[in-house]
Amino acid sequence: MTHHRLLPDRTGHFGPFGGTFVPETVMAALADLEHAWARARRDPAFRHRLRSLLEEYAGRPTPLYFARRLSAALGGRARIYLKREDLLHTGAHKINNALGQALLAVRMGKSRLIAETGAGQHGVATATAAALFGLACEVFMGEEDMRRQELNVVRMRLLGARVTPVRSGTKTLKDACNEAIRNWVTTVRTTHYCIGSVVGPHPYPQLVRDFQSVIGQEARRQIRQAAGRLPDLLIACVGGGSNAIGLFHAFARDRRVRMIGVEAGGTGLRPGHHAATLVKGRPGVLHGAKSLLLQDRFGQVLSTKSIAAGLDYPGVGPEHAYYQLRGRAEYVAVGDRQALAACELLARTEGILPALEPAHALAYLARIAPRLKRGSVVILGLSGRGDKDVHTMAQHLTRAQGRDGTAARRV
Amino acid sequence: MEPLRAAFERLRRQRRKALVPFIMGGDPDLRATPALLLALQAAGADVIEIGVPFSDPLADGPVIQAASARALARGATPANVLRAIASAAPRLRVPVVCLTYWNPVIQFGFNPGSRARRAGGSPARFLTAAKASGVSGLIVPDLPVEEGDALRRAAARAGLAAVFLAAPTSPPQRLRRIARASEGFIYYVSVTGTTGMRAQVPPSLVQGIRQLRVVTTKPVCVGFGISTPAQAAAVARVTDGVIIGSALIHAMQQGGGRAGAIRAAARFVARMRKALDA
Repeated sequence: MTHHRLLPDRTGHFGPFGGTFVPETVMAALADLEHAWARARRDPAFRHRLRSLLEEYAGRPTPLYFARRLSAALGGRARIYLKREDLLHTGAHKINNALGQALLAVRMGKSRLIAETGAGQHGVATATAAALFGLACEVFMGEEDMRRQELNVVRMRLLGARVTPVRSGTKTLKDACNEAIRNWVTTVRTTHYCIGSVVGPHPYPQLVRDFQSVIGQEARRQIRQAAGRLPDLLIACVGGGSNAIGLFHAFARDRRVRMIGVEAGGTGLRPGHHAATLVKGRPGVLHGAKSLLLQDRFGQVLSTKSIAAGLDYPGVGPEHAYYQLRGRAEYVAVGDRQALAACELLARTEGILPALEPAHALAYLARIAPRLKRGSVVILGLSGRGDKDVHTMAQHLTRAQGRDGTAARRV
Repeated sequence: MEPLRAAFERLRRQRRKALVPFIMGGDPDLRATPALLLALQAAGADVIEIGVPFSDPLADGPVIQAASARALARGATPANVLRAIASAAPRLRVPVVCLTYWNPVIQFGFNPGSRARRAGGSPARFLTAAKASGVSGLIVPDLPVEEGDALRRAAARAGLAAVFLAAPTSPPQRLRRIARASEGFIYYVSVTGTTGMRAQVPPSLVQGIRQLRVVTTKPVCVGFGISTPAQAAAVARVTDGVIIGSALIHAMQQGGGRAGAIRAAARFVARMRKALDA
């Protein structure tokens, strides 16, 4: 594969995917952003500033932790390492990107950040960065997501951000994106749109990847130290796909490193019951890019379902669609119940409560670990911590306890 | 001659400005659509723009979003909206231009049995069907000129005009490129924003149109935010035509059911016509 040098190409395409499908009004702003990033990434002062922020403020590098008891619980054949993005400030990998984009926005002279958010982690990260740099901040969030991620709504408000409920369409991340784009079209002269995943029009998939690829760069160094070699397998959850690209990208050239992206299987792989875009979607255009898309035969975007608000999205980053097309990564789906069970598995074996999103990756790993070659080295992207999901988990825990009368279902 | 070009040349000869009302196909329902097209023509429309509803209309404000959602909820699809246009076509003298987003265009005619996973999807099938239904042009608000080659080629083959949009934020080089690419007319977005009614038309509009006139002699129509006859008349002084969407749809809703909506639309367009011709 040659994509590591060349992609996206000059027009923002990853093979047949990517591109720029947005209203004319924001085209000039996208060009400005592309130029600003091209200059900033070569500017030692910018790079130094971002590195200091990531280290001193956000808590990088994050540990690569050998999960001994988890490895044993899953049959002992695989040595499982967790890339602990859950230990970052604000509790997820999203802060890597939010700090980078906020710094870039300041450099471009913008005074306001807007963002879309699903689980609220990107909203919190953006509100945090805005507070740190003294920028105004407005976060668009589906009404349904505001209900199920109430804690993050309060956090954003405490950080001084305005949280605007989105009541159109499915009232989740998809419609929050529509509303953020509409707001950006109106405020583009003063506002930077801080997209939270490797989705959207060029240059966002590249920009967000560049800010998140620190995950894989660190992991690559750390695993060589810890295991003396590159891993056999990388595994991460995929909603839009930013933590997965962040982990995968530094290994894309290492052909022997297998990569698996795990999508949300929701309550079953029927239309409207899941968010497994790469598993069940077909090429289409949404939110500024061509990628895979969950849609009906007329091209209308389908509603999605997942217990993990951060994965509940009918599109996916164009670079993942390209990895899949070229066979560089495999994509699978895991349902709500397996993800919940995986949360408990990690909590009980390692004392780590993961967010529901990376729990999908863990659930798939739990399924395949017993069949991996003995001594396989695996890195799992633990993209965020589970505090935000305690409310959701509590409801399911209670239900499970009600069923068997004692404790939650064993995994 | 291509119908849009012919229409604008005739208007220029008569020193009149084009009145371009926008309705959403399938709103309030599919049976209303052919009757609405004929009513708008009778009330004085020169070109009619008709939306093919999409689930995620990210260039549209609340009024047109709601119209899309209503149309979809009542069963509108790209194919049956085109059929509705076709049923009015024999009695339509004014050109009809479709407005829709890129995804429904490239998915048109998708066969679920084939489970095709190949990337792409060509606009050709939509354009051929649109042409056969009597449509003269296509506007795709999420398709900038950078991604527009596939549309331009397919439109040329099908004999349709591919209309591109220009915005107040488009720098001069882009205006030139948009003007070269756009067929039929150039759709100038009057405001930095989404579609929808606004209290006033921005004063910078005149300046924006002037910049566009420097690089092209093609007709320029202005849309987004024009809601009253006075605004329409003011905008028409500097352009070749005005596009009115949200305010018309709003008026139709005030009209009540299907017949009421059609009557309200005709009244609204007639008032606009009078203001433009005054």
